Amino acid sequence: MGQITLQKVTKSFGDVEVIPPLDLEIKDGEFTVFVGPSGCGKSTLLRLIAGLEDITSGHISIDGNDATDIPPAKRGLAMVFQSYALYPHMSVRKNIAFPMRMAKMDQAEQDRRIEQAAAALNLTDYLDRRPGQLSGGQRQRVAIGRAIVREPAAFLFDEPLSNLDAALRVGMRMEISELHKKLATTMIYVTHDQVEAMTMADKIVVLRAGHIEQVGSPLELYRNPRNTFVAGFIGSPKMNLIEGEEAVKNGGHTLGIRPEHIDVSATEGQWQGTVGVAEHLGSDTFFHVHQTGLTDTITVRAPGEVSFRHGDTIYMTPRTEQLHRFDDKGLRIA
Amino acid sequence: MARAVTNQRKMINTGAAWIIGLLIFFPILWTILTSFKSEAQAIADPPIFLFFDWTTENYSTVMERSNYGRFLWNSIFIAGGSTILGIIIAVPAAWSMAFVPSKRTKDILLWMLSTKMLPAVGVLYPIYLLFIQFGLLDNVYGLTFVLMLINLPIIVWMLYTYFREIPGEILEAARMDGATLRDEILYVLTPMAIPGIASTLLLNFILAWNEAFWTLNLTAAKAAPLTAFIASYSSPEGLFYAKLSAASTMAIAPILILGWFSQKQLVRGLTFGAVK
Amino acid sequence: MATKASRSAARVMMAPAVVLLLGWMLVPLIMTLWFSFRTYLPLRGGDQGWTGFDNYVRFVTSSSFWPAISTTLVLLIGVLTITIVFGILLAILLDQPMWGQGVVRILVIAPFFVMPTVSALVWKNIFMDPTNGLLAHLWRFFGAESVSWLSDAPMVSLIMIVSWQWLPFATLILLTAIQSLDGEQMEAAEMDGASVLSRFFYIALPHLSRAITIVILIQTIFLLAIFAEIFVTTGGAFGTRTLSYLIFQRVLESQNIGLGSAGGVYAIILANIVAIFLMRIVGKNLD
Repeated sequence: MGQITLQKVTKSFGDVEVIPPLDLEIKDGEFTVFVGPSGCGKSTLLRLIAGLEDITSGHISIDGNDATDIPPAKRGLAMVFQSYALYPHMSVRKNIAFPMRMAKMDQAEQDRRIEQAAAALNLTDYLDRRPGQLSGGQRQRVAIGRAIVREPAAFLFDEPLSNLDAALRVGMRMEISELHKKLATTMIYVTHDQVEAMTMADKIVVLRAGHIEQVGSPLELYRNPRNTFVAGFIGSPKMNLIEGEEAVKNGGHTLGIRPEHIDVSATEGQWQGTVGVAEHLGSDTFFHVHQTGLTDTITVRAPGEVSFRHGDTIYMTPRTEQLHRFDDKGLRIA
Repeated sequence: MARAVTNQRKMINTGAAWIIGLLIFFPILWTILTSFKSEAQAIADPPIFLFFDWTTENYSTVMERSNYGRFLWNSIFIAGGSTILGIIIAVPAAWSMAFVPSKRTKDILLWMLSTKMLPAVGVLYPIYLLFIQFGLLDNVYGLTFVLMLINLPIIVWMLYTYFREIPGEILEAARMDGATLRDEILYVLTPMAIPGIASTLLLNFILAWNEAFWTLNLTAAKAAPLTAFIASYSSPEGLFYAKLSAASTMAIAPILILGWFSQKQLVRGLTFGAVK
Repeated sequence: MATKASRSAARVMMAPAVVLLLGWMLVPLIMTLWFSFRTYLPLRGGDQGWTGFDNYVRFVTSSSFWPAISTTLVLLIGVLTITIVFGILLAILLDQPMWGQGVVRILVIAPFFVMPTVSALVWKNIFMDPTNGLLAHLWRFFGAESVSWLSDAPMVSLIMIVSWQWLPFATLILLTAIQSLDGEQMEAAEMDGASVLSRFFYIALPHLSRAITIVILIQTIFLLAIFAEIFVTTGGAFGTRTLSYLIFQRVLESQNIGLGSAGGVYAIILANIVAIFLMRIVGKNLD
């Protein structure tokens, strides 16, 4: 239970159209990530699905029923907010109980579900504390607990990890993924972080200025980006995009090559350049190469420790089978 | 960053501030002291500061003579009633303006503020006439209603500034959790805004308690609150200093105590959030 | 950012407050305007019909008009000057580190909470009475002739009483503003070699300018409408009749509603001129 369909959905604020007509199908049990740069309309799209904003035209249906004019409270969806949006005046227990209290659920059932959620989220010891007394990660878990107990048709996450520090973020990422495996409920997750998108999603929806640029599994997007925007957005470090003579020679307007698909050498190679900044991570080394005559900077990833230094001349050879070609409109040439 | 200050500097500051503070407070202090003197000692020359025969007889005289209790009750009823009524009307309005702002919200807020600036004297007679028409003259309900209207803009403004500090996401979370609008206001917004609502209550209670234009002009005997009770001492009766002081002390003591708790809110309330 | 449902709910929830205030503003305002164009003497023949702008002309040309305007201005400027100058000094003093700061604040703020009728009466009798008042005692102690404050120096007395009531308000707001002054900014100026005085004039005072403007505007609105203090102390005698007190007398004492209403319209216009400035500042703060 938890199939969500958007048909020709649009949203305008005044005269500004933030979502042009948009169709999207989210299957039951799927972990879908909306990703895109800030201001791309991904949060707005989530809020439209939640019912916190009216859609300007089009239809939203949940499990086959038209939900367009149904208020958020009645859509059967649960949402985890960026700021967690916990009720500061209620204990953790009361926070988690709130949606059930609103649904006038039987007290014994409420208690059972609270215990269950608390055990699953490691919150049992904190049930009588106030949100203000919890750490960021714990607050995040309370927000998830509040969502779980409702047994919603789908979970909506609005950049839930952006307020956590880097280490905690990785941990929570895993927890949410595991939760999805366990519950097998539809989840829609909004983020601007493509790493989160790649690691968690069954399906990624890349958005730009309200448009869907591409929908697909993480590896589909990685392997076959439909256009230069997706190519540049998915993958880290970013794909090198080269225009001009070299691109034409390879049969496109723009040529794309990922940093990890370039081999380096100190003596010979297809392209030549000077090393600018070298980032030594131990497992990998990234070189930012200048004066290649191709584009401003070419980023290259070399596995392990490779000792080029600032100012050294470096030779690079792209793996031909990994080259991406795009036409003058930025679209992929198959 | 607070910096280390020499003890000498601090002592000079302390001395100066205390002297000025006491000087400003002195009229109140003197009134309170005088209320415990006998009439003769109250006007003694040279004045007696502390070493007089303390007596509470002025308080009993004042209470007996002028039915102080009824004036007090009227004050409490009018100030309390107008404030609570005002808050009941203002909470939904402030919710709307803080969480569902539209292009006109700002204009409405400023317009409300402008009604507060209508000089009372300019509309005295119409109100007087309407009060006679509806039999509200010298009636506590009528006065409560008028004071509610006078303070409503301040109440809306104060609540609005407090509500704006509550993140909208929390109310949206409640909506997602299945709360109706009523639940949202009752179980989420109001408990979160309790400190703000309490401050609003306090400050407006004080303002209504001290209001001295409508309370003097729209009441006679029945509905008169303490402002009118005190004003009655402007007759030669006021020359009985000890009794005047006792009556004054009784009229200001409750509000002085409440006022001390509300000094911070006073700034926000009376500057409409323009100074924080 | 909200749904249609919440927007319509918002309109409904705003309605009671808006309707009540609209009524409170419009009904008396229209009535005042109506009366101001009529000869209306409730005790001497009642409503005697239209007079055009007669009341407006009579109000302005009456011998009490200009004195009332000047009294109003003297009171206003006197109180504003005293409260702001002493308010700034006091706020700076209270911002310094000291022992018992909280208690001093309480002492300073107290007069604001005193009912206007009480403070007027206490000052009038216990302090300013020419025979038994405390000030009379003090004057005699130094061998001077005691002063009958309210009849010999009525405006000075009135300004003193009102300033005493409003000084706490000015101090409190200015103190709040001073406390929001960034300490690092002051330290930076000190590092740049600014003296105490130049720090005050170039950094503290500009920072306070908005708070000072607010104090001026809000006090002006309240001071233009001042009533109880005059009512209790002089009853408008000895040249203490301000514009609003004059209107009050026309309406309630001489029962000339038409004339009083015309005065009321003048007062409303005057207050609105001040209000426009205040609302500009508050409005800017809203975004």
